[in-house]
Amino acid sequence: MIQSFDINSYPDLPDLPDEGGMFGIFGGQFVPEMLMPLILRLQEAYAEADKNPQFKTELEELSTHYAGRPSKLYYAERLSAYLGGAKIYLKREDLNHTGSHKINNCLGQILLAQRMGKTRIIAETGAGQHGVATATVSALFGFPCVIYMGKTDVERQKQNVFRMHLLGATVESVAMRHGTLKDAMNEALRDWVKNIESTYYIIGTAAGPHPYPKMVRDFQSVIGKEVRSQILEREGRLPDMIIAAVGGGSNAIGIFYPFLKEKNIDLVGVEAGGRGLMTDEHCASLTVGTPGVLHGNRTYFLQNADGQILDGKSVSAGLDYPGVGPEHSWLKDTGRVIYVPVCDHEALEAFQILTRIEGIIPALEASHAVAEALKRAEKMSKDQMIIVNLSGRGDKDIETVGKLLGMNI
Amino acid sequence: MITRIDQKFLALQAEGRAALMTYIVAGDPNYDIALEIMKILPKFGADIIELGIPFSDPIADGPIIQKASLRALQSGQTLKKTLDMVRIFRRLDNSTPVVLMGYYNPIYIYGVERFLQDAQCAGMDGLLILDIPLEMDHELCRPASKAAVNFIRLVTPQTDNKRLPHVLKGASGFIYYVSMNGITGQTLSSEDSDLAELERYVRHIKKKTLLPVVVGFGIKNVFQVEKISKMADGLVLGTRIVRAIASTLDLQGNIVGDPVRVVGDLVFRFRSSITCIKNDVENKG
Repeated sequence: MIQSFDINSYPDLPDLPDEGGMFGIFGGQFVPEMLMPLILRLQEAYAEADKNPQFKTELEELSTHYAGRPSKLYYAERLSAYLGGAKIYLKREDLNHTGSHKINNCLGQILLAQRMGKTRIIAETGAGQHGVATATVSALFGFPCVIYMGKTDVERQKQNVFRMHLLGATVESVAMRHGTLKDAMNEALRDWVKNIESTYYIIGTAAGPHPYPKMVRDFQSVIGKEVRSQILEREGRLPDMIIAAVGGGSNAIGIFYPFLKEKNIDLVGVEAGGRGLMTDEHCASLTVGTPGVLHGNRTYFLQNADGQILDGKSVSAGLDYPGVGPEHSWLKDTGRVIYVPVCDHEALEAFQILTRIEGIIPALEASHAVAEALKRAEKMSKDQMIIVNLSGRGDKDIETVGKLLGMNI
Repeated sequence: MITRIDQKFLALQAEGRAALMTYIVAGDPNYDIALEIMKILPKFGADIIELGIPFSDPIADGPIIQKASLRALQSGQTLKKTLDMVRIFRRLDNSTPVVLMGYYNPIYIYGVERFLQDAQCAGMDGLLILDIPLEMDHELCRPASKAAVNFIRLVTPQTDNKRLPHVLKGASGFIYYVSMNGITGQTLSSEDSDLAELERYVRHIKKKTLLPVVVGFGIKNVFQVEKISKMADGLVLGTRIVRAIASTLDLQGNIVGDPVRVVGDLVFRFRSSITCIKNDVENKG
């Protein structure tokens, strides 16, 4: 079942997903009949919008004037010098409106919701970044909005919860089981089944039933497309390596996708290693999970021998999901992208290093990618280049980090 | 090939009565009691048993069945043990059909071929897997049909005329009509106009298929049972039974009542409100 690719054959990577929404054995449309007719309508609506010049213009307008795109590609000179190896560039998605890459996808999907005549928005959120972005675009478009968030996450991301309230969204705290992202997504799906006529579900990551993984990837690919022209302008060549954190994997697929066929670029996805892979407290679904079916798609999940999905755990609420987008599963099996775990303490250290050396406070999710870059840059030569997707800003994590460092704030 | 489900509906047709289908979660509150409940269901009037495969993330179920699933998993229920329940039940009862209902992942992890083989040996008759729409037929529906297992399909108020023939095409056993846009555990409206709407849907489906049409989701009281038994070939009691089981447990999940008796009484009461309409049908037809 696992296809393997010769390094020289990357240019021949097929364009996926196929018509059935499959990336090899991954992806698909595993949803109840109650949702299926709507999913098919969404698939048609997106296929139409994707070719519609007016839709593209509207999205570009909002991306430029509302979200602040293009985001900067910043040469982290002090950090590079400190490590003494490869040059490190940071793709500053943290500077977008709402503080992360999530806005890219939300703008695209809310335009689609409007085209489909939907009048109510729902979403799931872990760290709250996607919840805030969804609440923001809902305010902008004047739609009522309900955000599902696990109880544990509501407690550890209080600031984002309040932000969503201010933006007019209702935040539903999900207490079932461990109260994290997986439970929030279950509850959002249940809401959707109940309110199918009126409601559009803005899934926050490149996962779920087809067409979501493709659609979210397409909306997030603006990151990689910008990187390509920015680095060519700056350095006259493409980078040697691109590193991004992977929870569900939307920021990673967004920066990787335009480079998948560039055989000389190493792509590295960083999973939440939590307290270590030997413990139960991690979210490294690609590293130690197995293929399974949940939330509309087949992909790697953390699960037991009976096919029950386990609860992931990470210092970063945004990576706290026991699955991953199906395209990442396919990219792992083909060998095109390398996926590695980074532990909580390494991410925490990277958080502090970037803050102290560059004056940039990264989100804990993005800190995982930074941590991997710190490890790899040292071993590379000074004429090599790494681009790190700095997917979000760390303001929301100040309290969590404070606690971990034993400070009372 | 005539399956146990087909035989049951033929017998009920002769009797002129709608089928009472009862749903419990395998392993809720534990293996032994769930098995006891399963054993007594036919005695108290259940015509077909739907046995829920507990799953960690039941996205089409409301809180009552979610909690029952968690109780079952916490008590150590696995898919293998669920098949054991079917096997033991089948030794005692060779006529009551057993439909396994749940989500795909436990079966996918068990292995589709191996599962179909083991489930058939155990005496399972049908499969109702919620997260496999016809677009994903090759995963389980086609292998099940090949193995002569009835693959039950859902039709919902969202299934439009364009889609309905495709849904009906691969179906066997019976059609499960979901009474509302919703998840399990919500309550079906008993308003006359809503019941009339439900009846229109059921009639509409019956025009397009020879398979029996069973109504599920939201049936909570004897009034609804009486009404629906007159318009459909069967009806499902799910959350109502699971809630009755939960009512015999304390907050920690310890058994403080008699779940077997409570379920028996409930099923008997609902079964009694299904009336025989044989004469009506003959007069009309």
